[in-house]
Amino acid sequence: MNFEAFRKIENSVFYALLGVFGLIAAAGMGAAYYMESHGHVVTGMTNQIVWGMPHVFAIFLIVAASGVLNLASLGSVFGIKVYKVRGMLSGLLAIAMLAGGLTVLMLDLGRSDRLIVAMTHLNLTSVFALNVFLYTGFFSIVAVYIWTMMDRKMHDYSKYVGFAAFIWRLALTTGTGAIFAFLVARQAYGTALLPPMFIIMSFSFGLAVFLLVQTAMFRWNNRKLDPTIQRRLKNLLAVFVAAVLYFTLVYHMTNLYFAKQTAFEHFILLNGGIYTTLFWVGQILLGSLLPLAILFHPEMGRKCNWVIVASLLVIFGGFAQLYVLLIGGQAYPLSIFPGYEASSSFFDGRINPYNPSLPEFLLGFGGIAIAALITTVAVRVLPFLPDDSVLHGETVGE
Amino acid sequence: MSKVDNSRRLFIGAGAAATAGLVIAPGVTLLDLAHARPAGEAASSTKRWGLLIDSSKCATGCTDCVTACGKENGFGSTGHPETDAQWIRKVELKEIKSGNSHSLPMMCQHCAEPPCVDVCPTGASFKRADGIVLVDRHICIGCRYCMMACPYKARSFVHEEHEDQNPEVPRGKGCVEGCTLCVHRIDRDQQPACVESCKEGAMLFGDLNDPNSEISKRIATYATTQVRADLGLNTGVRYQGI
Repeated sequence: MNFEAFRKIENSVFYALLGVFGLIAAAGMGAAYYMESHGHVVTGMTNQIVWGMPHVFAIFLIVAASGVLNLASLGSVFGIKVYKVRGMLSGLLAIAMLAGGLTVLMLDLGRSDRLIVAMTHLNLTSVFALNVFLYTGFFSIVAVYIWTMMDRKMHDYSKYVGFAAFIWRLALTTGTGAIFAFLVARQAYGTALLPPMFIIMSFSFGLAVFLLVQTAMFRWNNRKLDPTIQRRLKNLLAVFVAAVLYFTLVYHMTNLYFAKQTAFEHFILLNGGIYTTLFWVGQILLGSLLPLAILFHPEMGRKCNWVIVASLLVIFGGFAQLYVLLIGGQAYPLSIFPGYEASSSFFDGRINPYNPSLPEFLLGFGGIAIAALITTVAVRVLPFLPDDSVLHGETVGE
Repeated sequence: MSKVDNSRRLFIGAGAAATAGLVIAPGVTLLDLAHARPAGEAASSTKRWGLLIDSSKCATGCTDCVTACGKENGFGSTGHPETDAQWIRKVELKEIKSGNSHSLPMMCQHCAEPPCVDVCPTGASFKRADGIVLVDRHICIGCRYCMMACPYKARSFVHEEHEDQNPEVPRGKGCVEGCTLCVHRIDRDQQPACVESCKEGAMLFGDLNDPNSEISKRIATYATTQVRADLGLNTGVRYQGI
């Protein structure tokens, strides 16, 4: 094995990245401190929109974190070599993004200072409490997984740990989807479709993030990605994007079939303002159809830059999708008295407005920056970059 | 060795006992007079506190219950209506087809199967043995999952620091809160503030487990409704007239 092929990021680029990500992360921490000391009154969140922009960022990062591990799973569990060499970077990104997402989630709590309470008082009927186990377990399993992949003496165990990690990541994303699936109160949620939909979303968002990071890392190291590998990865991304589209279709079709849900569906699909725009333009057009067209285009699909554009679009579409699900789902009023028009001083029966504030965005980007910082430093100190030279002389994928 | 003078010790001992008796006795007497649950005694599941609200007696525009709740529990308007706590609110309803209208107070429905309790990660959201659903402010981490889960929009998040609190009802920034059914008053054998304030007698408080209580008799006699009965939450608050 040619370990020389594992190159390190150039010094100047490394420090520049460290500086930029560090600044963004610091801004995020500052925003969290501002929200903590003044209370959530300084954010756009209210008693109507109780989860806001930080949750969109956090859930994106957590969902994508488990999805990005897919590459490693394809290698270890299903024995595909192209993915095997990507296992370590995939595991690293999984840990980094989960850390970033959880940081955002924790710092948005009304009482972030009570983090220890969240660890010591567990109500096991709560999927949030179960997620505490799933998240900590994920960190541990993936860390051991990386070790088995990195240390030649441990290679034999890699397949088994990889299998455990694969099962665990499915459980983790099921847990994330179940946060919403278990909510009986609101019309957007309370469906068993959400956990599997979150799993397929994680495949799509995770792979898009991986492609982006891999390309960036390769470029900074003056390395070229094998066109065959690139083709495989972009085709896989297209399949995942199409699968998310399928789940989205089933979700809305089912809702449209239930008379009690049609008003909510009209809100999201037809007259919901920003939510309708984000759904059709953000998720469907820019986030799904356009990347599909690019990825399947005979010319563009082969070009690295276009695959990057498609990945960026998929990530944007993911944010749009989560925004519509999270915020749109809360903006639509609760159906407390079906058959009646309701009004009150607590905004019953009204579409709830939401204007995300700067601190919320800063906290969200801070989470991304933390994930990026972890990745940058780890790639610098340990050989995480995929080494495709080990595949030479072999047929890719066999 | 000199002999110990025991008389002084006996005098001090007797004096201390008398003082303790003087201090404790009035409290014991008051508790006995009020028939209230003594401090330290757990709430009993033999009781299930509930409310019956007659919307036909509830006047549109009357907010006496809301005002009384705010006064009792120490909150009011801060000038930010979207983030202000509202433990109780008046909801005006109009039937879409007929235009038939109702007015009623809405608050925590004190469900027997509360979704807020199921979803709370730390167990801060809990149901007391006597059916009152509460938030333990010491272990609430402010995740707001209970607010997402409540089908009645009965919970509020404390978005900012509040001064002039009622010492019996402490409210902390960053925690979630909701109607306590005036648990501090119930434990003193008093009625919730909203019930006491309703001049029309539209609100009836009592023990749903006691077949001889006024509330149980009324529920046994008249048609009453649980809001979102389809969810099967078995609410402690029931409505008449809708």
